[in-house]
Amino acid sequence: MENKPLIGQPVSRLEGLEKVTGSARYAADYHVSDLLYGYVINSTITKGKILSIDVSAVLALEGVVKIFTHENRPSLAWFDLQYADMDAPPGTVFKPLSDNIIRYNGQPVALIVAEDFETARYASTLLKVVYKEEPFDTVLSQNLDKARAPKKGMSTPLKPPPPEPAGNFDKAFGKADFKTEATYHHGTEHHNPLELFATTAIYEGDGKLTIYDKTQGTINNQFYIANVFGLKYKNVRVLAPYVGGAFGSGLRPQHQLFLCVLASLELKRNVRVTLERKQMFSFGHRPQTIQSLRFSADSSGMLTAMNHCAAGETSSYEDYNEILSSWSHKLYPAANTLFEYKLVPLDLATPIDMRAPGGVTAMHAIECIMDELAYKLDMDPLDFRLKNYSEIDPSTKKPFTSKELKQCYEKGAEKFGWHLRNPKPASTKKGNRLVGWGMATGIWDAYQFPARAAAVLTKDSRLEVHNAATDIGTGTLTVMTQIAADEFGISADDVSFFYGDSKKPFSMFQGGSAITASTGTAIIAAIRELKKKIIKKIKEMPDSPFEKIPEHQIVFRNNSVSVQNRPDICIGFQDLIRANNGREFKVTKLAGPDVLKLRKYSKAAHSASFVEVEVDKDLGTITVTRAVTAVAAGKIINPKTAKSQILGSMIWGISKALHEETLIDPNLGKYINANLGEYHIPSHADIPEMEVIFAQEDDTLINELGVKGVGEIGMTAIPAAVANAVFHATGKRINDLPIHFDKLI
Amino acid sequence: MNSFDYKKEITVDSAIKAVSADYKAMFLAGGTNIIDLWKYNLAHPEKLIDINDIAALSIIEQLDNDGIRLGALVKNAATAYDPLVEKHYPLLSKAILAGASAQIRNMATNGGNLLQRTRCYYFYDPDVPCSKRMPGSGCPAIKGRNRIHAVLGASEHCIAVFPSDMCVALAALEAVVNVVGPEGERNIPFSDFHRLPGHTPDLDNNLQQGEIVTSIDLPPGKFSKHYAYLKLRDRHSYAFALVSVAAAFEMEGSTISKARIALGGVAHKPWRVPEAEELLKGRKTTVENFALAADRILSGAIGRGDNDFKIPLAKRAIIRACEMALEPEMQIPGAGPSL
Repeated sequence: MENKPLIGQPVSRLEGLEKVTGSARYAADYHVSDLLYGYVINSTITKGKILSIDVSAVLALEGVVKIFTHENRPSLAWFDLQYADMDAPPGTVFKPLSDNIIRYNGQPVALIVAEDFETARYASTLLKVVYKEEPFDTVLSQNLDKARAPKKGMSTPLKPPPPEPAGNFDKAFGKADFKTEATYHHGTEHHNPLELFATTAIYEGDGKLTIYDKTQGTINNQFYIANVFGLKYKNVRVLAPYVGGAFGSGLRPQHQLFLCVLASLELKRNVRVTLERKQMFSFGHRPQTIQSLRFSADSSGMLTAMNHCAAGETSSYEDYNEILSSWSHKLYPAANTLFEYKLVPLDLATPIDMRAPGGVTAMHAIECIMDELAYKLDMDPLDFRLKNYSEIDPSTKKPFTSKELKQCYEKGAEKFGWHLRNPKPASTKKGNRLVGWGMATGIWDAYQFPARAAAVLTKDSRLEVHNAATDIGTGTLTVMTQIAADEFGISADDVSFFYGDSKKPFSMFQGGSAITASTGTAIIAAIRELKKKIIKKIKEMPDSPFEKIPEHQIVFRNNSVSVQNRPDICIGFQDLIRANNGREFKVTKLAGPDVLKLRKYSKAAHSASFVEVEVDKDLGTITVTRAVTAVAAGKIINPKTAKSQILGSMIWGISKALHEETLIDPNLGKYINANLGEYHIPSHADIPEMEVIFAQEDDTLINELGVKGVGEIGMTAIPAAVANAVFHATGKRINDLPIHFDKLI
Repeated sequence: MNSFDYKKEITVDSAIKAVSADYKAMFLAGGTNIIDLWKYNLAHPEKLIDINDIAALSIIEQLDNDGIRLGALVKNAATAYDPLVEKHYPLLSKAILAGASAQIRNMATNGGNLLQRTRCYYFYDPDVPCSKRMPGSGCPAIKGRNRIHAVLGASEHCIAVFPSDMCVALAALEAVVNVVGPEGERNIPFSDFHRLPGHTPDLDNNLQQGEIVTSIDLPPGKFSKHYAYLKLRDRHSYAFALVSVAAAFEMEGSTISKARIALGGVAHKPWRVPEAEELLKGRKTTVENFALAADRILSGAIGRGDNDFKIPLAKRAIIRACEMALEPEMQIPGAGPSL
C-alpha cells in the first residue's frame, strides 16, 4: 500500500482521544503510593521581612508531616548561577525560602506537607507569620522616574536591545507635514493555563527522583533541580507527557517544583505540590508597559521618521526583557529612527514571557499609530502599509528568508471585503450600533534552537523518534509524527514519537514558536543519519542488489528501501531487521540553525488581521462580529493544528484588546482579581466566527522543513485591528488596553 | 482538617430548629456561593443543614390573587423557563438568564440567589481589610480599585454592590419574600429585604439567624407586555453587571400608567426610587421623560474614581432599557444589549 505524504495534511491530534476521555495524565494525576501533599503559603505583604513564624498550631494538627520555611530549609546551592535556568533573565534568581526577605506579594514563604491535601490547606489557615512591612512600588506609571536600561545577560542574544538610532529623528519629525504621536498603556496579564501548576516528585532513593512537572522544558527543569539540590543529572528525570497549556508560564521552573523536590528529598517520600487558581497569580506574568510613539510621513505617504520609546515593568531582583521597540523597523523603512527600551524595577514577581511577548504589545502600539497616521494622510490604512512595504528588513538591510506579507494583506482583505469600507469614522450604522472595520499587521520572529533527536528502526520494524521536547497542547506529537513518517517513508501508524522526558535527547524549551523548527529539524537530521546507516548495511549485505546503486537513488518509501525506477530492487523494513541479525538500527543527531547561511538574512513570520466590531452608540458596548487573519509562516505541516493555534491566538488577541487585565491595588501592592470569575477572558458570546488563511510561503533558507512556527504570529495583529475597528466605528482612539466599553461613552 | 457536621432536614420546622439553636450552623441549598466562600476561607460553617429535600419549597404555584409563588428551592433555571413565569413575568425570566452561567443557574436556588454575597475583590481576599468580612477593619475599595463598586447608597464602611440579576427584576416587580423562623412567619416586601451598608456592612439583608426563605410571591401585575432587562458588563456572558436595569411599564394607549425601574450593579441592594416611577405616570414614552426619571433615580450618586463612569452609564442604560421595554420581542436573553 502506498504511504501518502502527511506533511501538509490536516491530521487530527493523535492524543485527542486520551485528552477528551480524561485518560491523559497531567503532572498532578500521578497517584503513586504513600503520597504526601504540599500546600504553599504565600506572603500577605508586598515588601519587608518575616519577623517570626509560629508553626505550633500547624504542627499540632493531625496529619501534618512537616512545615518548611526559611528557618529550617536545608542548605542548598550557594551561587545564583546554580539557580539560573535556561530562560533566566539577568539578575539574581529568586530562591524560594532562602531568607526572610519579602520581595513581592504572594511570594512563597512556607510549604506545609501533610498526609492529604485538605489537611495541608486547612493547616495553612493556622499558620501565623509576623511581618515587618516596608513601603513599596507596584505601579509602572507612578515610577517612570526609575526607568533605566536593562542589564545584559545570557538571554540578551535572544532578546537583543533595539536597533541603533539612524538619521536624525528630531529634525525629520520636527519638519514633517504629517505626523502623529500617542502613548499606549498595557496592564498586567496572567497566563492562566487551564492546568494548574503542579509537581509530583517520586522519591526513588539514593538522591534519585522521578518528577512529573508542568513545564515547557523538561531538561531545563532537570538541570535546575540537579544544580540546586546537588544531584547527579542522571538521577533527576523530569517528565511532562501532557501539558494543559502554559503560554510561556512554564518556560522557567516555578516555585512549586522547587518546594516539592525539597520536601521529597528531605522527607524521603513521594510528594505532590499543586497550586490553586489564586496562586497562579503568584509568579510570572505579562508586564505592565507604557509605550510612547511618534511617527511621521511625507505627503506621498512614505514614512520619514519613527520613534518608539517603551518602558516595561520588572522585579527588584531580575531584569525581565522583552522585545518592544524593535519591531517597527523590521517592517517599515524610515530614514530617521530612534528606539528606546527601559525597565522599571517594581516590588512584583519577575515577569515571564507570555504568548507573543513584546510582539503583541508593541504591534498594538505600532499598528494603531500607523492607522492614525493613515487618517492624517487621508490614505486607506491598508494602502498606507503597502506604500511602506519593504521586501528587505530595513533595520538590518538584509533580505528576508521569505516574506509573503503582501499575500496576507491581499488574501485577508479579499476575504474580509476591505475594499467596501467607507473610511469615514462612525459612518456605518446598524440600528443602535456603529459598525467599524480595522486592520493591522502582525510580525513574529522565526526562531530555531539546537536540538538533538534519536531515530530508531526497531526490531519490529517500526520507527521511533526521541526528543525531550514537550507538547504544550500545540500538536507537537502529531506534527513530529508527520515529519518523521514522511522523511522515513513509513506509515504514521508505525511511528512513535517519545517526548516530554528529560531522559530523551536534548531540547531547549517549547517557546517562541520554535519547536517545529528545532525538534523537527533534529528529527529530519536523525532520520537522514539513520537512512545512511541502513544504506551502508544494505550495501554490505552478501550479494546485495544495492551494492552498485548510488546512494541518492536509494529511496525509503512504503515501509521499505528501494531504488528509483527499479521496482525489482526493494527490501522491506522487516527483512532489513532480519538481515541485521534481528537488531535495531539506532542513531542520534544534533541539529541547529545554519548560522553561517542565516547571517545574511532576516527572518520573520508575518500576518494581517481584519476585524469588524459593532459598538453601541449610546452604551459603548463592543462586540467583535468578524475577524480574519492571514498568516505567512513558511510551510504549514498540519493545517488543522496550525489553524487551531491561530484561532486560539486570535481569541487571545481579542481578549487582550477588550477583556484581560490583572488589577493591582496600588495601596496594597497586590493583585485583587486573582480568580477566573473576575479576571475576564472571553466567553463564547464574545467570539464571532473567525477565518484563518495561510499564505503560500516557500522558504528554502530558513531550515530544512521551511517552517517558521505558528504559536504566536496569529495574535500579534489582533489587538491593534480591534482598536482600529473601534476607532472606525466611533471616531475615538482608545490607546489603553483593555478597551473597556465605558471609555466610549 | 476542616471538619463540620452535615445533616439533611426534610421539613421547614426541623431545619429551622437545627439552625436557630446554633450560630455556626448554616443552611445549604444550591451551594453555588457558600461552597466558594468556604473554599476561599471566607465562610466557616461548623454545621451544614441541607434543605434541598424539603419538597414543599420546590414548587412554583399560582396564587388565588393571580400572582405566583416561587418556591425558595426551585432552581434559577427552572424558574426562568417555567411557563407561568415566562408568560406572566417575562422580565424575571430575562433577568435570571442574564446571570451566571447555565451550569450555575441549574444548581442555584431562588432563595439562595437572594442570599448570595457580594463579589467585591476585597471581600473575597481574606488577607486584606474589609468591613463586611471583618467589621471595623475598613474598606480598601474606597481608595482602591473600585470600577465595579457602588455609586448609590454606599457608606464610608462599604461600597460593595449586590451582584444578583434576578433580584433586580424581583425588586421591579415588587415581590414579597416569605420567611419562616423560630418566631413564626414574616412577609417582607422586597425593598425591605436587602440592606444598605451603613454602619453594619456585614449584614446583607434583614433575615435573622434561623429564619429560612420559604418562597417569593410575585403580585398580580400587568408587566408582561412592556419590559426589559438590560445588563452591561465587561464581557457578554458570565460577568457581573457594572450596571443593569429592569424596566417595565403598564400603558394606556401611548401613555405610561405605571412604571417600574430598578437598577443592579450600582448599590448594596437593587436600587429603586418610587418617586422617579411616579414621575413617568401619565407621560409619553419619550427620551426626555426617561431621562427625567433617570436623573431622579441617580440623584445623590457618588463616584469613587474608577467607577465614576457608572453614573452617566446608568442614565443611558435607564433610557435604553425604557426604550427596549416598548419592544420586548427584540430582546435576546443573556446576550449584549439588544438592538
